Amino acid sequence: MDNKTALKLSVIAAKAKKNALRGIYESQSGHPGGSMSVMDILVTLFFSEMNVDPKNPHDPKRDRFVLSKGHCAPGLYGVLAERGFFETAACAGFRTIDSCLQGHPDMKSVSGVDMSTGSLGQGVSAANGMALAGKLDGAGYRVYVATGDGELQEGQVWEAAMFSAQYKLDNLTLFVDNNGLQIDGDIAGIMNPAPIAEKYRAFGWNVLEIDGHDYHQIADAIQKAKAEKGRPTAVVCKTIKGKGISYMEDRAEWHGKAPNKEEYETAVAELDARIAELEGQING
Amino acid sequence: MGDIKKVATRMAFGEALTQIGAREDIVVMDADLTKSTMTNLFQKVYPKRHINCGIAEGNMISTAAGLASCGKTVFAASFAMFSTGRAFEQVRNSVAYPHLNVKIVGSHAGLTVGEDGATHQCIEDVALMRAIPGMVIVSPADATETHAAVRAIADYKGPVYLRVSRLAMPVLFDPDSYQFTLGKGHIMRDGSDVTIIGAGLLLHEGVKAADMLAGEGISVRLVDMATIKPIDSELIIESAKKTGAIVCVEEHNVIGGLGGAVAEVLGQNYPVPMEIVGVADQFGRSGKPEALLDAYHMSAPYIVGKVKRVLERKQK
Repeated sequence: MDNKTALKLSVIAAKAKKNALRGIYESQSGHPGGSMSVMDILVTLFFSEMNVDPKNPHDPKRDRFVLSKGHCAPGLYGVLAERGFFETAACAGFRTIDSCLQGHPDMKSVSGVDMSTGSLGQGVSAANGMALAGKLDGAGYRVYVATGDGELQEGQVWEAAMFSAQYKLDNLTLFVDNNGLQIDGDIAGIMNPAPIAEKYRAFGWNVLEIDGHDYHQIADAIQKAKAEKGRPTAVVCKTIKGKGISYMEDRAEWHGKAPNKEEYETAVAELDARIAELEGQING
Repeated sequence: MGDIKKVATRMAFGEALTQIGAREDIVVMDADLTKSTMTNLFQKVYPKRHINCGIAEGNMISTAAGLASCGKTVFAASFAMFSTGRAFEQVRNSVAYPHLNVKIVGSHAGLTVGEDGATHQCIEDVALMRAIPGMVIVSPADATETHAAVRAIADYKGPVYLRVSRLAMPVLFDPDSYQFTLGKGHIMRDGSDVTIIGAGLLLHEGVKAADMLAGEGISVRLVDMATIKPIDSELIIESAKKTGAIVCVEEHNVIGGLGGAVAEVLGQNYPVPMEIVGVADQFGRSGKPEALLDAYHMSAPYIVGKVKRVLERKQK
Protein backbone atom coordinates (compact mmCIF):
# COMPACT_ATOMS: atom_id res chain seq x y z
CA MET A 1 0.00 0.00 0.00
CA ASP A 2 1.36 3.45 -0.90
CA ASN A 3 1.48 6.28 1.62
CA LYS A 4 -1.22 8.31 -0.10
CA THR A 5 -3.66 5.41 0.08
CA ALA A 6 -2.87 4.97 3.76
CA LEU A 7 -3.50 8.65 4.35
CA LYS A 8 -6.84 8.43 2.54
CA LEU A 9 -7.86 5.47 4.67
CA SER A 10 -6.91 7.48 7.75
CA VAL A 11 -9.30 10.23 6.67
CA ILE A 12 -12.10 7.71 6.14
CA ALA A 13 -11.42 6.18 9.55
CA ALA A 14 -11.67 9.59 11.22
CA LYS A 15 -14.97 10.26 9.45
CA ALA A 16 -16.29 6.82 10.40
CA LYS A 17 -15.28 7.47 14.01
CA LYS A 18 -17.32 10.67 13.89
CA ASN A 19 -20.32 8.68 12.59
CA ALA A 20 -19.90 6.15 15.37
CA LEU A 21 -19.55 8.72 18.14
CA ARG A 22 -22.50 10.72 16.81
CA GLY A 23 -24.79 7.71 17.32
CA ILE A 24 -23.39 6.91 20.74
CA TYR A 25 -23.70 10.53 21.83
CA GLU A 26 -27.23 11.02 20.51
CA SER A 27 -28.57 7.86 22.13
CA GLN A 28 -26.30 8.22 25.18
CA SER A 29 -25.61 4.52 24.80
CA GLY A 30 -23.10 2.26 23.08
CA HIS A 31 -19.49 1.12 23.01
CA PRO A 32 -16.97 3.68 21.82
CA GLY A 33 -13.68 2.15 23.04
CA GLY A 34 -13.66 -1.00 20.92
CA SER A 35 -15.30 0.79 17.99
CA MET A 36 -12.25 3.06 17.86
CA SER A 37 -9.69 0.29 18.34
CA VAL A 38 -11.05 -1.90 15.51
CA MET A 39 -11.65 0.99 13.11
CA ASP A 40 -8.43 0.85 11.09
CA ILE A 41 -8.96 -2.85 10.44
CA LEU A 42 -12.55 -2.25 9.28
CA VAL A 43 -11.58 0.63 7.02
CA THR A 44 -8.78 -1.34 5.39
CA LEU A 45 -11.11 -4.25 4.72
CA PHE A 46 -14.07 -2.27 3.39
CA PHE A 47 -12.09 0.35 1.43
CA SER A 48 -9.06 -1.42 0.08
CA GLU A 49 -9.74 -5.13 0.08
CA MET A 50 -13.22 -6.59 0.25
CA ASN A 51 -15.30 -7.23 -2.83
CA VAL A 52 -18.58 -5.68 -1.71
CA ASP A 53 -21.09 -3.52 -3.54
CA PRO A 54 -23.53 -1.32 -1.62
CA LYS A 55 -25.88 -1.51 -4.62
CA ASN A 56 -25.87 -5.32 -4.51
CA PRO A 57 -25.31 -6.12 -0.83
CA HIS A 58 -26.51 -9.72 -1.08
CA ASP A 59 -24.37 -10.74 -4.05
CA PRO A 60 -23.55 -14.42 -3.39
CA LYS A 61 -20.02 -13.87 -4.73
CA ARG A 62 -19.19 -11.02 -2.32
CA ASP A 63 -16.59 -11.23 0.41
CA ARG A 64 -18.11 -11.53 3.90
CA PHE A 65 -17.39 -9.73 7.13
CA VAL A 66 -18.52 -10.81 10.59
CA LEU A 67 -18.12 -8.46 13.54
CA SER A 68 -17.96 -11.10 16.24
CA LYS A 69 -17.37 -8.34 18.80
CA GLY A 70 -20.84 -7.11 17.93
CA HIS A 71 -20.97 -4.43 20.62
CA CYS A 72 -18.65 -2.44 18.37
CA ALA A 73 -21.57 -1.97 15.98
CA PRO A 74 -21.13 1.83 15.98
CA GLY A 75 -17.72 1.34 14.38
CA LEU A 76 -19.12 -0.99 11.74
CA TYR A 77 -22.09 1.26 11.02
CA GLY A 78 -19.76 4.22 10.74
CA VAL A 79 -17.73 2.40 8.08
CA LEU A 80 -20.73 0.98 6.22
CA ALA A 81 -22.18 4.50 5.99
CA GLU A 82 -18.93 5.89 4.58
CA ARG A 83 -18.84 2.98 2.12
CA GLY A 84 -22.32 3.93 0.89
CA PHE A 85 -24.49 1.15 2.33
CA PHE A 86 -26.72 3.79 3.91
CA GLU A 87 -26.77 7.54 4.59
CA THR A 88 -24.26 8.77 7.15
CA ALA A 89 -27.10 10.74 8.76
CA ALA A 90 -28.70 7.41 9.75
CA CYS A 91 -25.85 6.87 12.23
CA ALA A 92 -27.41 9.51 14.47
CA GLY A 93 -30.38 7.20 15.07
CA PHE A 94 -28.26 4.39 16.50
CA ARG A 95 -30.01 2.49 19.31
CA THR A 96 -33.23 4.49 19.00
CA ILE A 97 -36.71 3.09 18.58
CA ASP A 98 -37.34 3.95 14.93
CA SER A 99 -33.84 3.16 13.65
CA CYS A 100 -32.70 -0.02 11.92
CA LEU A 101 -29.31 0.45 13.60
CA GLN A 102 -29.79 -1.90 16.51
CA GLY A 103 -27.53 -1.87 19.55
CA HIS A 104 -25.80 -4.91 18.08
CA PRO A 105 -25.65 -5.74 14.34
CA ASP A 106 -28.82 -7.19 12.82
CA MET A 107 -28.26 -8.72 9.38
CA LYS A 108 -31.97 -8.59 8.67
CA SER A 109 -32.28 -4.84 8.98
CA VAL A 110 -28.94 -3.32 7.95
CA SER A 111 -27.52 -3.48 4.47
CA GLY A 112 -23.90 -4.62 4.58
CA VAL A 113 -24.18 -6.62 7.79
CA ASP A 114 -23.50 -10.26 6.94
CA MET A 115 -24.26 -11.83 10.33
CA SER A 116 -26.22 -10.84 13.40
CA THR A 117 -23.84 -10.75 16.33
CA GLY A 118 -23.56 -9.39 19.82
CA SER A 119 -23.50 -12.47 21.98
CA LEU A 120 -19.75 -12.88 22.22
CA GLY A 121 -17.97 -15.93 20.91
CA GLN A 122 -20.38 -16.90 18.14
CA GLY A 123 -19.07 -14.89 15.22
CA VAL A 124 -16.03 -17.00 14.35
CA SER A 125 -18.26 -20.07 14.17
CA ALA A 126 -20.61 -18.25 11.80
CA ALA A 127 -17.65 -17.09 9.72
CA ASN A 128 -16.48 -20.71 9.57
CA GLY A 129 -19.89 -21.65 8.18
CA MET A 130 -19.59 -19.00 5.49
CA ALA A 131 -16.06 -20.10 4.62
CA LEU A 132 -17.15 -23.74 4.50
CA ALA A 133 -20.08 -22.83 2.23
CA GLY A 134 -17.59 -21.14 -0.07
CA LYS A 135 -15.46 -24.30 -0.14
CA LEU A 136 -18.48 -26.53 -0.82
CA ASP A 137 -19.60 -24.27 -3.67
CA GLY A 138 -16.12 -23.73 -5.08
CA ALA A 139 -16.76 -19.99 -4.67
CA GLY A 140 -13.80 -17.64 -4.56
CA TYR A 141 -15.02 -15.24 -1.91
CA ARG A 142 -13.14 -14.64 1.32
CA VAL A 143 -14.50 -14.36 4.84
CA TYR A 144 -13.20 -11.90 7.42
CA VAL A 145 -14.08 -11.88 11.10
CA ALA A 146 -13.04 -9.62 13.96
CA THR A 147 -13.07 -10.63 17.60
CA GLY A 148 -12.12 -8.80 20.74
CA ASP A 149 -9.38 -10.12 22.98
CA GLY A 150 -11.66 -10.36 26.00
CA GLU A 151 -13.98 -12.34 23.73
CA LEU A 152 -11.31 -15.04 23.56
CA GLN A 153 -12.42 -15.98 27.09
CA GLU A 154 -15.52 -17.55 25.49
CA GLY A 155 -14.90 -21.27 24.99
CA GLN A 156 -16.77 -21.32 21.70
CA VAL A 157 -13.99 -19.24 20.14
CA TRP A 158 -11.65 -22.20 20.63
CA GLU A 159 -14.21 -24.72 19.42
CA ALA A 160 -14.36 -22.57 16.30
CA ALA A 161 -10.56 -22.38 16.12
CA MET A 162 -10.38 -26.18 16.00
CA PHE A 163 -13.06 -26.26 13.32
CA SER A 164 -11.34 -23.72 11.03
CA ALA A 165 -8.13 -25.72 11.10
CA GLN A 166 -9.86 -29.11 10.80
CA TYR A 167 -11.69 -28.02 7.65
CA LYS A 168 -8.63 -26.17 6.28
CA LEU A 169 -10.51 -22.90 5.88
CA ASP A 170 -7.75 -20.92 4.18
CA ASN A 171 -10.42 -18.55 2.85
CA LEU A 172 -10.94 -17.30 6.42
CA THR A 173 -9.01 -14.48 8.07
CA LEU A 174 -9.52 -13.61 11.72
CA PHE A 175 -8.50 -10.28 13.22
CA VAL A 176 -8.06 -10.20 16.99
CA ASP A 177 -8.51 -6.63 18.24
CA ASN A 178 -5.98 -6.95 21.03
CA ASN A 179 -6.53 -3.70 22.92
CA GLY A 180 -5.89 -5.39 26.27
CA LEU A 181 -8.99 -4.08 28.00
CA GLN A 182 -12.47 -5.40 28.65
CA ILE A 183 -15.45 -3.88 30.44
CA ASP A 184 -14.22 -4.78 33.92
CA GLY A 185 -10.64 -3.75 33.28
CA ASP A 186 -7.34 -5.25 32.15
CA ILE A 187 -7.88 -8.60 30.40
CA ALA A 188 -4.67 -9.96 31.91
CA GLY A 189 -6.01 -9.36 35.41
CA ILE A 190 -9.48 -10.76 34.74
CA MET A 191 -8.92 -13.91 32.70
CA ASN A 192 -5.79 -13.75 30.64
CA PRO A 193 -6.10 -15.13 27.09
CA ALA A 194 -2.36 -14.61 26.47
CA PRO A 195 -0.35 -15.78 24.70
CA ILE A 196 -2.87 -15.30 21.91
CA ALA A 197 -0.59 -15.86 18.92
CA GLU A 198 0.88 -19.02 20.42
CA LYS A 199 -2.56 -20.39 21.13
CA TYR A 200 -3.68 -19.95 17.53
CA ARG A 201 -0.43 -21.51 16.29
CA ALA A 202 -1.05 -24.46 18.56
CA PHE A 203 -4.54 -24.75 17.07
CA GLY A 204 -3.02 -25.10 13.61
CA TRP A 205 -3.46 -21.59 12.28
CA ASN A 206 -1.16 -19.37 10.30
CA VAL A 207 -0.56 -16.46 12.69
CA LEU A 208 0.58 -12.91 12.01
CA GLU A 209 1.23 -10.25 14.64
CA ILE A 210 0.87 -6.63 13.61
CA ASP A 211 0.16 -3.09 14.72
CA GLY A 212 -3.60 -2.84 14.20
CA HIS A 213 -3.36 0.88 13.51
CA ASP A 214 -0.79 0.64 10.71
CA TYR A 215 -2.52 0.42 7.33
CA HIS A 216 0.56 -0.93 5.61
CA GLN A 217 0.79 -3.78 8.10
CA ILE A 218 -2.95 -4.53 7.97
CA ALA A 219 -2.99 -4.60 4.17
CA ASP A 220 0.16 -6.71 4.09
CA ALA A 221 -1.37 -9.20 6.54
CA ILE A 222 -4.47 -9.51 4.37
CA GLN A 223 -2.32 -10.34 1.34
CA LYS A 224 -0.28 -12.89 3.29
CA ALA A 225 -3.47 -14.53 4.50
CA LYS A 226 -4.74 -14.75 0.93
CA ALA A 227 -1.54 -16.45 -0.13
CA GLU A 228 -1.69 -19.00 2.68
CA LYS A 229 -2.96 -22.42 1.58
CA GLY A 230 -4.53 -25.15 3.68
CA ARG A 231 -5.01 -23.29 6.93
CA PRO A 232 -6.79 -20.21 8.26
CA THR A 233 -4.95 -17.07 9.26
CA ALA A 234 -5.24 -15.22 12.55
CA VAL A 235 -3.96 -11.66 12.58
CA VAL A 236 -3.31 -10.63 16.16
CA CYS A 237 -3.54 -6.85 16.09
CA LYS A 238 -2.01 -4.76 18.86
CA THR A 239 -4.45 -1.91 19.23
CA ILE A 240 -5.37 0.93 21.58
CA LYS A 241 -8.83 1.08 23.03
CA GLY A 242 -10.45 4.43 22.25
CA LYS A 243 -7.79 5.10 19.57
CA GLY A 244 -7.83 8.64 18.26
CA ILE A 245 -9.83 10.24 21.07
CA SER A 246 -7.33 11.59 23.60
CA TYR A 247 -9.30 11.05 26.78
CA MET A 248 -10.55 7.59 25.75
CA GLU A 249 -7.24 6.02 24.78
CA ASP A 250 -6.26 2.94 26.74
CA ARG A 251 -8.99 3.44 29.33
CA ALA A 252 -11.37 0.57 30.13
CA GLU A 253 -14.06 2.97 31.39
CA TRP A 254 -14.73 3.89 27.74
CA HIS A 255 -15.70 0.32 26.88
CA GLY A 256 -19.39 1.00 27.11
CA LYS A 257 -19.94 4.62 28.07
CA ALA A 258 -21.35 7.52 26.08
CA PRO A 259 -19.58 10.88 26.05
CA ASN A 260 -21.34 13.89 27.52
CA LYS A 261 -21.78 17.05 25.44
CA GLU A 262 -18.39 18.51 26.28
CA GLU A 263 -16.62 15.20 25.74
CA TYR A 264 -18.43 14.66 22.45
CA GLU A 265 -17.48 18.11 21.20
CA THR A 266 -13.87 17.50 22.19
CA ALA A 267 -13.85 14.22 20.29
CA VAL A 268 -15.33 15.82 17.17
CA ALA A 269 -12.83 18.67 17.37
CA GLU A 270 -9.94 16.21 17.65
CA LEU A 271 -11.19 14.17 14.71
CA ASP A 272 -11.80 17.28 12.59
CA ALA A 273 -8.29 18.47 13.35
CA ARG A 274 -6.97 15.06 12.37
CA ILE A 275 -8.90 15.12 9.09
CA ALA A 276 -7.60 18.61 8.26
CA GLU A 277 -4.04 17.52 9.05
CA LEU A 278 -4.33 14.37 6.91
CA GLU A 279 -5.90 16.24 4.00
CA GLY A 280 -3.09 18.71 4.20
CA GLN A 281 -0.60 15.86 3.89
CA ILE A 282 -2.53 14.33 0.99
CA ASN A 283 -2.71 17.62 -0.91
CA GLY A 284 0.74 18.76 0.11
CA MET B 1 -47.10 -58.76 17.77
CA GLY B 2 -43.69 -59.89 16.59
CA ASP B 3 -44.32 -59.05 12.93
CA ILE B 4 -45.37 -55.42 13.48
CA LYS B 5 -42.79 -53.20 11.84
CA LYS B 6 -41.00 -50.99 14.37
CA VAL B 7 -38.84 -48.05 13.35
CA ALA B 8 -37.31 -45.31 15.50
CA THR B 9 -38.07 -41.80 14.30
CA ARG B 10 -34.32 -41.05 14.43
CA MET B 11 -33.82 -43.84 11.90
CA ALA B 12 -36.57 -42.45 9.68
CA PHE B 13 -34.93 -39.03 9.99
CA GLY B 14 -31.61 -40.41 8.74
CA GLU B 15 -33.31 -42.25 5.88
CA ALA B 16 -35.38 -39.24 4.88
CA LEU B 17 -32.32 -36.99 4.83
CA THR B 18 -30.56 -39.42 2.57
CA GLN B 19 -33.56 -39.56 0.24
CA ILE B 20 -33.60 -35.80 -0.24
CA GLY B 21 -29.82 -35.56 -0.06
CA ALA B 22 -29.33 -35.06 -3.77
CA ARG B 23 -30.36 -31.48 -3.17
CA GLU B 24 -27.02 -29.66 -3.27
CA ASP B 25 -28.17 -27.00 -0.82
CA ILE B 26 -28.56 -29.54 1.98
CA VAL B 27 -25.72 -29.72 4.51
CA VAL B 28 -25.92 -32.05 7.50
CA MET B 29 -23.99 -31.38 10.69
CA ASP B 30 -23.44 -33.60 13.68
CA ALA B 31 -21.52 -33.47 16.95
CA ASP B 32 -19.92 -36.88 17.23
CA LEU B 33 -23.19 -38.81 17.47
CA THR B 34 -23.63 -39.75 13.83
CA LYS B 35 -24.44 -43.37 14.56
CA SER B 36 -27.03 -42.36 17.16
CA THR B 37 -28.73 -39.49 15.37
CA MET B 38 -28.47 -41.58 12.19
CA THR B 39 -26.92 -38.80 10.14
CA ASN B 40 -24.35 -41.46 9.29
CA LEU B 41 -26.81 -42.67 6.63
CA PHE B 42 -26.50 -39.32 4.85
CA GLN B 43 -22.76 -39.28 5.47
CA LYS B 44 -22.27 -42.56 3.61
CA VAL B 45 -23.89 -41.18 0.45
CA TYR B 46 -22.91 -37.52 0.67
CA PRO B 47 -19.68 -37.37 2.69
CA LYS B 48 -18.67 -33.90 1.49
CA ARG B 49 -21.89 -32.34 2.73
CA HIS B 50 -21.78 -34.08 6.09
CA ILE B 51 -19.86 -32.00 8.61
CA ASN B 52 -18.83 -33.59 11.88
CA CYS B 53 -18.18 -30.79 14.36
CA GLY B 54 -16.86 -32.94 17.16
CA ILE B 55 -18.27 -32.58 20.64
CA ALA B 56 -19.02 -28.87 20.38
CA GLU B 57 -22.73 -28.29 19.92
CA GLY B 58 -22.71 -24.52 20.41
CA ASN B 59 -20.08 -24.15 17.72
CA MET B 60 -22.08 -26.46 15.45
CA ILE B 61 -25.19 -24.31 15.67
CA SER B 62 -23.42 -21.00 15.00
CA THR B 63 -21.51 -22.62 12.12
CA ALA B 64 -24.84 -23.81 10.76
CA ALA B 65 -26.00 -20.19 10.86
CA GLY B 66 -23.05 -19.13 8.73
CA LEU B 67 -23.71 -21.89 6.21
CA ALA B 68 -27.39 -20.94 6.04
CA SER B 69 -26.51 -17.28 5.49
CA CYS B 70 -24.80 -18.44 2.28
CA GLY B 71 -27.86 -20.27 0.99
CA LYS B 72 -27.47 -23.70 2.54
CA THR B 73 -30.33 -25.67 4.08
CA VAL B 74 -28.69 -27.02 7.19
CA PHE B 75 -29.74 -29.91 9.42
CA ALA B 76 -27.75 -29.80 12.67
CA ALA B 77 -28.25 -32.87 14.82
CA SER B 78 -27.35 -34.01 18.30
CA PHE B 79 -29.19 -35.37 21.29
CA ALA B 80 -32.07 -33.06 22.18
CA MET B 81 -30.36 -32.27 25.47
CA PHE B 82 -27.39 -30.78 23.66
CA SER B 83 -28.80 -29.35 20.41
CA THR B 84 -31.46 -27.36 22.30
CA GLY B 85 -30.03 -27.27 25.82
CA ARG B 86 -26.29 -26.91 25.57
CA ALA B 87 -26.65 -24.78 22.45
CA PHE B 88 -29.77 -22.88 23.43
CA GLU B 89 -28.24 -19.46 23.20
CA GLN B 90 -26.62 -20.19 19.85
CA VAL B 91 -29.98 -21.39 18.53
CA ARG B 92 -31.59 -18.23 19.86
CA ASN B 93 -29.04 -15.65 18.76
CA SER B 94 -27.13 -17.16 15.81
CA VAL B 95 -30.06 -18.91 14.13
CA ALA B 96 -33.48 -17.70 15.24
CA TYR B 97 -32.87 -13.97 15.60
CA PRO B 98 -31.70 -13.67 11.98
CA HIS B 99 -34.32 -16.28 10.96
CA LEU B 100 -31.77 -18.46 9.22
CA ASN B 101 -32.58 -21.68 7.43
CA VAL B 102 -31.30 -24.14 10.02
CA LYS B 103 -33.12 -27.26 11.17
CA ILE B 104 -32.09 -28.08 14.70
CA VAL B 105 -32.55 -31.78 15.25
CA GLY B 106 -32.88 -33.24 18.71
CA SER B 107 -32.72 -37.01 18.81
CA HIS B 108 -33.04 -39.14 21.94
CA ALA B 109 -35.65 -36.75 23.29
CA GLY B 110 -37.60 -37.55 26.44
CA LEU B 111 -37.38 -40.32 29.02
CA THR B 112 -37.24 -43.20 26.53
CA VAL B 113 -33.53 -42.57 26.03
CA GLY B 114 -33.69 -45.11 28.85
CA GLU B 115 -30.54 -46.36 30.45
CA ASP B 116 -28.45 -43.19 29.99
CA GLY B 117 -30.55 -41.53 32.66
CA ALA B 118 -31.44 -37.98 33.60
CA THR B 119 -28.42 -36.15 32.13
CA HIS B 120 -29.45 -37.32 28.66
CA GLN B 121 -33.23 -37.44 29.06
CA CYS B 122 -34.28 -34.07 27.72
CA ILE B 123 -37.76 -33.12 28.87
CA GLU B 124 -37.34 -29.37 28.44
CA ASP B 125 -36.48 -29.06 24.73
CA VAL B 126 -39.95 -28.15 23.50
CA ALA B 127 -40.33 -25.52 26.21
CA LEU B 128 -36.94 -24.03 25.32
CA MET B 129 -37.60 -23.95 21.59
CA ARG B 130 -41.20 -22.80 21.99
CA ALA B 131 -40.09 -19.69 23.85
CA ILE B 132 -37.95 -18.51 20.92
CA PRO B 133 -39.79 -16.11 18.58
CA GLY B 134 -40.47 -17.59 15.16
CA MET B 135 -39.22 -21.10 15.89
CA VAL B 136 -41.21 -23.92 14.28
CA ILE B 137 -41.38 -27.19 16.23
CA VAL B 138 -42.19 -30.58 14.77
CA SER B 139 -42.47 -33.75 16.83
CA PRO B 140 -43.38 -36.67 14.58
CA ALA B 141 -44.83 -39.85 16.05
CA ASP B 142 -43.70 -42.51 13.61
CA ALA B 143 -41.47 -43.25 10.65
CA THR B 144 -44.05 -42.23 8.06
CA GLU B 145 -44.67 -38.89 9.68
CA THR B 146 -40.93 -38.31 10.15
CA HIS B 147 -40.28 -38.88 6.46
CA ALA B 148 -43.01 -36.42 5.53
CA ALA B 149 -41.91 -33.90 8.15
CA VAL B 150 -38.27 -33.93 7.02
CA ARG B 151 -39.35 -33.18 3.46
CA ALA B 152 -41.69 -30.42 4.61
CA ILE B 153 -39.16 -28.66 6.81
CA ALA B 154 -36.48 -28.95 4.14
CA ASP B 155 -38.81 -26.96 1.87
CA TYR B 156 -39.65 -24.41 4.55
CA LYS B 157 -37.25 -21.44 4.75
CA GLY B 158 -36.49 -20.68 8.37
CA PRO B 159 -35.53 -22.16 11.71
CA VAL B 160 -37.18 -25.41 12.76
CA TYR B 161 -36.73 -27.75 15.69
CA LEU B 162 -37.28 -31.41 14.80
CA ARG B 163 -37.71 -33.75 17.76
CA VAL B 164 -37.06 -37.46 17.25
CA SER B 165 -36.73 -40.46 19.51
CA ARG B 166 -34.32 -43.28 20.16
CA LEU B 167 -36.85 -46.04 20.67
CA ALA B 168 -38.18 -48.12 17.76
CA MET B 169 -41.97 -47.86 17.62
CA PRO B 170 -44.71 -49.29 15.39
CA VAL B 171 -45.52 -47.44 12.18
CA LEU B 172 -48.87 -45.72 12.74
CA PHE B 173 -49.46 -44.13 9.38
CA ASP B 174 -49.67 -45.58 5.89
CA PRO B 175 -46.93 -44.02 3.77
CA ASP B 176 -49.14 -44.28 0.68
CA SER B 177 -51.97 -42.19 2.07
CA TYR B 178 -50.53 -40.09 4.89
CA GLN B 179 -50.45 -36.34 4.28
CA PHE B 180 -48.38 -34.04 6.47
CA THR B 181 -49.00 -30.31 6.53
CA LEU B 182 -46.66 -28.12 8.53
CA GLY B 183 -48.68 -26.24 11.14
CA LYS B 184 -51.68 -28.57 11.01
CA GLY B 185 -52.77 -31.31 13.36
CA HIS B 186 -54.88 -34.13 12.10
CA ILE B 187 -57.72 -36.22 13.49
CA MET B 188 -56.65 -39.87 13.61
CA ARG B 189 -60.04 -41.03 14.77
CA ASP B 190 -63.10 -39.05 15.67
CA GLY B 191 -65.11 -39.22 18.89
CA SER B 192 -67.47 -37.16 20.98
CA ASP B 193 -66.69 -37.50 24.71
CA VAL B 194 -63.12 -36.30 24.98
CA THR B 195 -60.15 -35.32 22.78
CA ILE B 196 -56.71 -36.78 23.32
CA ILE B 197 -54.06 -34.59 21.71
CA GLY B 198 -50.65 -36.16 21.40
CA ALA B 199 -47.32 -35.71 19.69
CA GLY B 200 -44.20 -37.75 19.25
CA LEU B 201 -43.57 -41.05 20.90
CA LEU B 202 -46.30 -40.73 23.51
CA LEU B 203 -48.97 -40.56 20.82
CA HIS B 204 -48.57 -44.35 20.69
CA GLU B 205 -49.71 -44.54 24.31
CA GLY B 206 -52.57 -42.23 23.39
CA VAL B 207 -53.66 -44.70 20.71
CA LYS B 208 -53.61 -47.54 23.22
CA ALA B 209 -55.55 -45.46 25.74
CA ALA B 210 -58.18 -44.60 23.13
CA ASP B 211 -58.60 -48.32 22.39
CA MET B 212 -58.96 -49.09 26.10
CA LEU B 213 -61.50 -46.29 26.54
CA ALA B 214 -63.50 -47.46 23.52
CA GLY B 215 -63.88 -50.79 25.29
CA GLU B 216 -65.49 -48.93 28.15
CA GLY B 217 -67.86 -47.06 25.87
CA ILE B 218 -65.97 -43.74 25.99
CA SER B 219 -65.75 -42.08 22.60
CA VAL B 220 -62.36 -40.46 22.03
CA ARG B 221 -61.32 -38.03 19.36
CA LEU B 222 -57.60 -38.65 18.84
CA VAL B 223 -55.54 -35.81 17.42
CA ASP B 224 -51.97 -36.04 16.21
CA MET B 225 -50.42 -32.63 16.80
CA ALA B 226 -47.07 -33.20 15.14
CA THR B 227 -46.47 -29.47 14.68
CA ILE B 228 -46.27 -28.04 18.18
CA LYS B 229 -45.44 -24.55 16.94
CA PRO B 230 -47.18 -22.84 15.29
CA ILE B 231 -49.92 -24.78 17.02
CA ASP B 232 -53.13 -25.61 15.13
CA SER B 233 -55.42 -23.41 17.24
CA GLU B 234 -58.36 -23.95 14.95
CA LEU B 235 -58.35 -27.70 15.47
CA ILE B 236 -57.88 -27.33 19.24
CA ILE B 237 -60.82 -24.94 19.58
CA GLU B 238 -63.00 -27.04 17.30
CA SER B 239 -62.14 -30.14 19.35
CA ALA B 240 -62.93 -28.30 22.59
CA LYS B 241 -66.30 -27.27 21.22
CA LYS B 242 -67.11 -30.73 20.01
CA THR B 243 -65.92 -32.88 22.93
CA GLY B 244 -65.81 -30.41 25.84
CA ALA B 245 -62.70 -31.95 27.41
CA ILE B 246 -59.06 -32.37 26.37
CA VAL B 247 -56.15 -34.51 27.53
CA CYS B 248 -52.67 -33.79 26.15
CA VAL B 249 -50.07 -36.53 26.09
CA GLU B 250 -46.37 -35.84 25.56
CA GLU B 251 -42.98 -37.18 26.53
CA HIS B 252 -41.89 -33.86 28.03
CA ASN B 253 -42.16 -31.89 31.21
CA VAL B 254 -45.80 -30.92 31.80
CA ILE B 255 -44.52 -27.32 31.88
CA GLY B 256 -44.01 -25.54 28.58
CA GLY B 257 -44.58 -28.33 26.09
CA LEU B 258 -47.53 -29.43 23.96
CA GLY B 259 -49.84 -29.29 26.98
CA GLY B 260 -48.76 -25.75 27.69
CA ALA B 261 -49.34 -24.75 24.07
CA VAL B 262 -52.83 -26.26 24.06
CA ALA B 263 -53.64 -24.68 27.43
CA GLU B 264 -52.64 -21.28 26.08
CA VAL B 265 -55.04 -21.70 23.16
CA LEU B 266 -57.91 -22.99 25.30
CA GLY B 267 -57.48 -20.48 28.10
CA GLN B 268 -57.59 -17.54 25.73
CA ASN B 269 -60.28 -18.81 23.40
CA TYR B 270 -62.55 -21.57 24.63
CA PRO B 271 -61.76 -22.88 28.12
CA VAL B 272 -62.76 -26.48 28.76
CA PRO B 273 -61.42 -28.91 31.38
CA MET B 274 -58.03 -30.26 30.34
CA GLU B 275 -55.34 -32.53 31.74
CA ILE B 276 -51.73 -33.06 30.78
CA VAL B 277 -49.96 -36.40 30.77
CA GLY B 278 -46.20 -35.91 30.83
CA VAL B 279 -43.25 -35.78 33.17
CA ALA B 280 -44.51 -34.16 36.38
CA ASP B 281 -41.74 -31.57 36.72
CA GLN B 282 -39.06 -33.96 37.85
CA PHE B 283 -35.86 -35.42 36.40
CA GLY B 284 -35.74 -38.80 34.73
CA ARG B 285 -33.68 -41.81 35.77
CA SER B 286 -32.05 -44.89 34.26
CA GLY B 287 -34.21 -47.80 33.23
CA LYS B 288 -35.92 -49.54 30.33
CA PRO B 289 -38.04 -47.13 28.30
CA GLU B 290 -41.30 -48.97 28.95
CA ALA B 291 -40.56 -49.20 32.67
CA LEU B 292 -39.86 -45.47 32.73
CA LEU B 293 -43.18 -44.60 31.09
CA ASP B 294 -44.93 -46.63 33.80
CA ALA B 295 -42.80 -45.24 36.61
CA TYR B 296 -43.52 -41.67 35.52
CA HIS B 297 -47.25 -42.38 35.03
CA MET B 298 -47.24 -41.73 31.31
CA SER B 299 -48.25 -45.08 29.81
CA ALA B 300 -51.73 -45.85 28.46
CA PRO B 301 -53.39 -46.83 31.77
CA TYR B 302 -52.40 -43.49 33.25
CA ILE B 303 -53.76 -41.67 30.22
CA VAL B 304 -57.03 -43.55 30.76
CA GLY B 305 -56.99 -42.32 34.37
CA LYS B 306 -56.50 -38.72 33.28
CA VAL B 307 -59.31 -39.05 30.74
CA LYS B 308 -61.66 -40.24 33.46
CA ARG B 309 -60.63 -37.38 35.65
CA VAL B 310 -61.24 -34.82 32.91
CA LEU B 311 -64.63 -36.38 32.16
CA GLU B 312 -65.60 -35.98 35.82
CA ARG B 313 -64.62 -32.33 35.68
CA LYS B 314 -66.58 -31.96 32.45
CA GLN B 315 -69.75 -33.27 34.14
CA LYS B 316 -69.62 -30.66 36.92
